[in-house]
Amino acid sequence: MLFDLAFIWAGLIAFAVLVYVILDGFDLGIGILYPFARSEKDRDMMMNSVAPVWDGNETWLILGGGGLFAVFPLAYAIIMPALYMPIILMLLALIFRGVSFEYRWRTKRWKGVWNVAFFAGSTVAAFSQGIALGALVQGIEVTGRSYSGGWFDWFTPFSILTGIAVVVGYALLGATWLVLKTEGDLQVQMRRHAWWLGAGTLSLIGAVSLITPFLEPIYFERWFNLPGSLVSMAVPVVMVGLIWSFFTGLNDGKDLQPFLSALGFFVVSFVGIGISFYPMMVPPSLTIWQVAAPDQSLAFALVGAVILIPIILAYTAYAYWVFRGKIDPAEGYH
Amino acid sequence: MLDGFTAETLARVQFAFTVSFHIIFPAFSIGLASYLAVLNGLWLRTRDETYLNLFNYWKKIFAVAFGMGVVSGIVMSYQFGTNWANFSDKAGPVIGPLLAYEVMSAFFLEAGFLGIMLFGRERVGDRLHMFATAMVAIGTLMSATWILSANSWMQTPTGYSIGENGQFIPEDWLAIIFNPSFPYRLVHMVLAAYLTVAFVVAAVSALHLLRDKTDKESRRAFSMAMWMAIIVTPIQIFAGDTHGINTLEHQPIKVAAMEGHFDSHGDNQPLALFGIPNVEDGVLDYAIEVPYMGSLILTHSLNGQIKGLNEFPKDEWPPVMIVFFSFRIMVAIGFAMLGLGLWGALARWKGKLFDWPLLHRAAIVMGPAGFIAVLSGWITTEVGRQPYTVYGLLRTADSLAPVDAPAVATSLMAFVVVYFFVFGAGTFYVLRMMNKRPTTPNIGLNDGPLRTAGITPAAQVDPDFISGE
Repeated sequence: MLFDLAFIWAGLIAFAVLVYVILDGFDLGIGILYPFARSEKDRDMMMNSVAPVWDGNETWLILGGGGLFAVFPLAYAIIMPALYMPIILMLLALIFRGVSFEYRWRTKRWKGVWNVAFFAGSTVAAFSQGIALGALVQGIEVTGRSYSGGWFDWFTPFSILTGIAVVVGYALLGATWLVLKTEGDLQVQMRRHAWWLGAGTLSLIGAVSLITPFLEPIYFERWFNLPGSLVSMAVPVVMVGLIWSFFTGLNDGKDLQPFLSALGFFVVSFVGIGISFYPMMVPPSLTIWQVAAPDQSLAFALVGAVILIPIILAYTAYAYWVFRGKIDPAEGYH
Repeated sequence: MLDGFTAETLARVQFAFTVSFHIIFPAFSIGLASYLAVLNGLWLRTRDETYLNLFNYWKKIFAVAFGMGVVSGIVMSYQFGTNWANFSDKAGPVIGPLLAYEVMSAFFLEAGFLGIMLFGRERVGDRLHMFATAMVAIGTLMSATWILSANSWMQTPTGYSIGENGQFIPEDWLAIIFNPSFPYRLVHMVLAAYLTVAFVVAAVSALHLLRDKTDKESRRAFSMAMWMAIIVTPIQIFAGDTHGINTLEHQPIKVAAMEGHFDSHGDNQPLALFGIPNVEDGVLDYAIEVPYMGSLILTHSLNGQIKGLNEFPKDEWPPVMIVFFSFRIMVAIGFAMLGLGLWGALARWKGKLFDWPLLHRAAIVMGPAGFIAVLSGWITTEVGRQPYTVYGLLRTADSLAPVDAPAVATSLMAFVVVYFFVFGAGTFYVLRMMNKRPTTPNIGLNDGPLRTAGITPAAQVDPDFISGE
């Protein structure tokens, strides 16, 4: 049985995580880029470009966590203790960064403190997410129904590499988002940063992709045997197209194209990870079906998801549309 | 520093700490979102600027409180897994979908429309802005509904079976959602949130009335808050009473601990006004008791029979001391609220509502009362559920993740430091905003742009000014 409830839910959770990465990626990226801003005015604009949408973006992270709890409770119960430290670190970092959106405007003396909190919170959150990804790809030790590894199993050169990759990748999304949303000097700067961030992201994605198949024999098999090898051949082709589109977009002064291409890097990488994982939910030992909640839970939650997720997507799109267009720096300084 | 504590104790302290901090913000934002929707509705209907000024004033305070609620809430959604993995594995099939519904039907609604409510009036027009404001308010209420359903199921589980692997398997979702204690708990909590905000609004308006009793916005807000106090407090006391009777039916041990009933008194249960529970000897020391009142309140009959703690094995008892006192604090605050409500009604009747400094001082003192009552109420019901997470079925000791004490201790200390720092700063900013009059154009120091797309400090002249593109 391929298209059963557990399979559909695995797809939905993957979708929620992908939407999270796409949406919160660029707004975390803006925090990561904070030290590169040249003036307080630029920092104001950078923050304002995501301010109306950031908490909607972060809600996808709650859906990822809450959804996992709801439909794959065993995976949730194993992965969370296994990634204890990176998860706690991410939560604490998100607190600092989240409150900065409001606090920064509420004080003069401490504005610098909340600038730093915004930068450090965003960076640490992105880094922790990357580490969590790396640790998951490497595999989690399970005995019976619980995690049986140590407290620092997540801490490996590979997970540090994925951590850095996510930080650089999110910064790239942030820079291209600002190319889209700003004009003038700030846009010129961000276009320049997008160049090296793009090159960096691609090198890191390349390094992670080269190492991954050798971490677990199953990943290797999946990538280099049919039907997986069809995809492993398609992925580089699509990637080359995206890379071309990204750099020509930057060169030709396009505003939207670099952002969409950078999102494309993430989508393709995500699909790649999905191929490596499937049908595992907790690599290397537990499949989607082994960790799934009973059908009664899956069916009940699916009814809600089928009705509500399209509505959520619709009003999220509406909120983006309301706050569309360039941020005008002159607007406030008459 | 935290050596010698077990991982279980530390994880419980951590959960109690993070959830206690968290509940303060939703309690405030549930009530405030509804208040904002009412203010905005009144502004659109009457076009009386007083309502608009109040809306703009409270929405900024709402934004800060909401931000703190979001970030402290994300912690909760992951903490079930990090510290309470076994609970997550066992109860996940039932609790998980309820939380998923909360995220999908409430959190997205709030977050999606919040930006439009805060900064979008000029961009989308009055009607859509009103719609967005209403959606935020409805979102907070939906959120309360789902989370209280989940919590109530842990108190009074129904509609499940237990699978071979030890998991709770949902059999009847309607029975799960509408479990026996849910309606009582939901009403009690939503009213508590409304009262919390009413008393905060009363305190802030009273402060400004003391400074200038002609301040139009503060007069209007104080009057509204005093109406809430006199109307909603009695309803809340009634709701609390029925909730207590429901608890007596399903969790008699909890009620015995709340009341300090160590011994069954047959058909004449006294009501302990005060005392110090002595769990060791099973007596209430220094008790001040009113005969028959316990039976009267809990069974609405002078001869009602109530079981004392002595009829249950000691390893089923919750921590009696905590439950006994937290319950008394909540009840005492409830009656103090009623007192202030009556005083406000008297002042209104005598035409002195805006001209009675002592009343205004009392209102200021009562400003934080709602928060304390909400916290003590939750402590009563949650500590009273011990030693179980899922009442009668899954013990707290069996709910824990395979975590080591040092890991939990480290994260606990990190949470304590970060929460006091971050939420301390947030509370300071909120109080500083409250200290400014509602008509002050710029209640935050650097208030202008807030989160509008592209609005920078010129907007400080009129914080709502948003020019089109």
